[in-house]
Amino acid sequence: MKLKQLESCLQQVNGFESPKLLLEQYPTRPHIAACMLYTIHNTFDDIEEKVIADLGCGVWSAQHRGSGVRCWVSTKLCIGFDIDEDALGIFRTNAEEFELPNVDLVQCDVCSLPSTSLEKSVDTVIMNPPFGTKHNKGMDMTFLKNALQMARTSVYSLHKTSTREHVQKKAADWKVKMEVIAELRYDLPASYKFHKKKSVSCLKDADTFCKWCTAIKKKSKAPIHQAWRLLCQS
Amino acid sequence: MKLLTHNMLRSHVSGVTRGFPLIIRAEEVKLNSVDFNREFVTRMIPKLEWEALVQSAESLGHGSDLPRELVSGYENDEEFLKKVHHVLLEVEVTEGALKCPESGTEFPINRGIPNMLINEEES
Ligand SMILES: C[S@@+](CC[C@H](N)C(=O)[O-])C[C@H]1O[C@@H](n2cnc3c(N)ncnc32)[C@H](O)[C@@H]1O
Repeated sequence: MKLKQLESCLQQVNGFESPKLLLEQYPTRPHIAACMLYTIHNTFDDIEEKVIADLGCGVWSAQHRGSGVRCWVSTKLCIGFDIDEDALGIFRTNAEEFELPNVDLVQCDVCSLPSTSLEKSVDTVIMNPPFGTKHNKGMDMTFLKNALQMARTSVYSLHKTSTREHVQKKAADWKVKMEVIAELRYDLPASYKFHKKKSVSCLKDADTFCKWCTAIKKKSKAPIHQAWRLLCQS
Repeated sequence: MKLLTHNMLRSHVSGVTRGFPLIIRAEEVKLNSVDFNREFVTRMIPKLEWEALVQSAESLGHGSDLPRELVSGYENDEEFLKKVHHVLLEVEVTEGALKCPESGTEFPINRGIPNMLINEEES
């Protein structure tokens, strides 16, 4: 399947009905999700026949959409974890509509998982965690730490560029290798008003923004988010 | 909830030491069909809590005659691998609850989604 087709499939998916600000509920844009999956699949082969977890999966997150378009890639099982039952309910409806046999959903608080929990239970974690900017400072790091605990192979995660140095230090502490696989400029969706106000000024080209590359090249416009790949030590 | 997912979940109610395996109280079980992939099943088996898997499958009436203990050489037994595939990915609990084996706390399952959030007032 071509990137364009994948993207248009993803656009048909239902979104959050009434996004909850406190939980940072904004969906990954179809274009980003499509690019992300495409790269994870083609460059790193971390999707096909794998067990994947999505932490903070929301209504229908990146990799589940990928499996939704099964002619493109086939994960063996995608497990979405989220704290919010409304989001999970919509996710379930989406999964039913697309007749996906390989999706499981679990309602839980990703941040309060004990360190022995779900250890090395999945191959890959793909996530777009809350950035931890509002009332939940540090949440992005907690998600990352728990993702690393769960994954056998790699973790793919979207983060603010400004936290990169901090994470690099942490990654060294945790003894994992980290590489930036993409830089992206997001347009945060209009449904999420708080963000919209804040980000409009820095995003003039509200519609197109995403640039995938294996190294950081872009200079002209400072990227505001990055996708990272973290390799687990086996 | 598939049994592969069930095999990973634990109860984290405070004071509980292992919280595993969660007892399944099923009100509704559905069967789905998922493509069989031999390598996948072979790769997964060593990562499973085998006994818990067999027990849970049996409790749902879908034990498929799997042995309580893994028999060596299973990699070459296609029939066995297909059974494991079925139990792991095709049997789904859609309504019911999971029960913590130590504290007895129940985690409800609705539309196949187990709610593992701990209600502090209860515990
Ligand atoms: C930025 S959104 C990402 C949504 C989705 N993954 C996507 O990419 O479209 C973050 C998600 O994390 C969930 N969330 C927030 N706090 C959580 C927690 N403590 N445990 C689990 N999920 C949480 C929210 O409900 C929300 O769906």
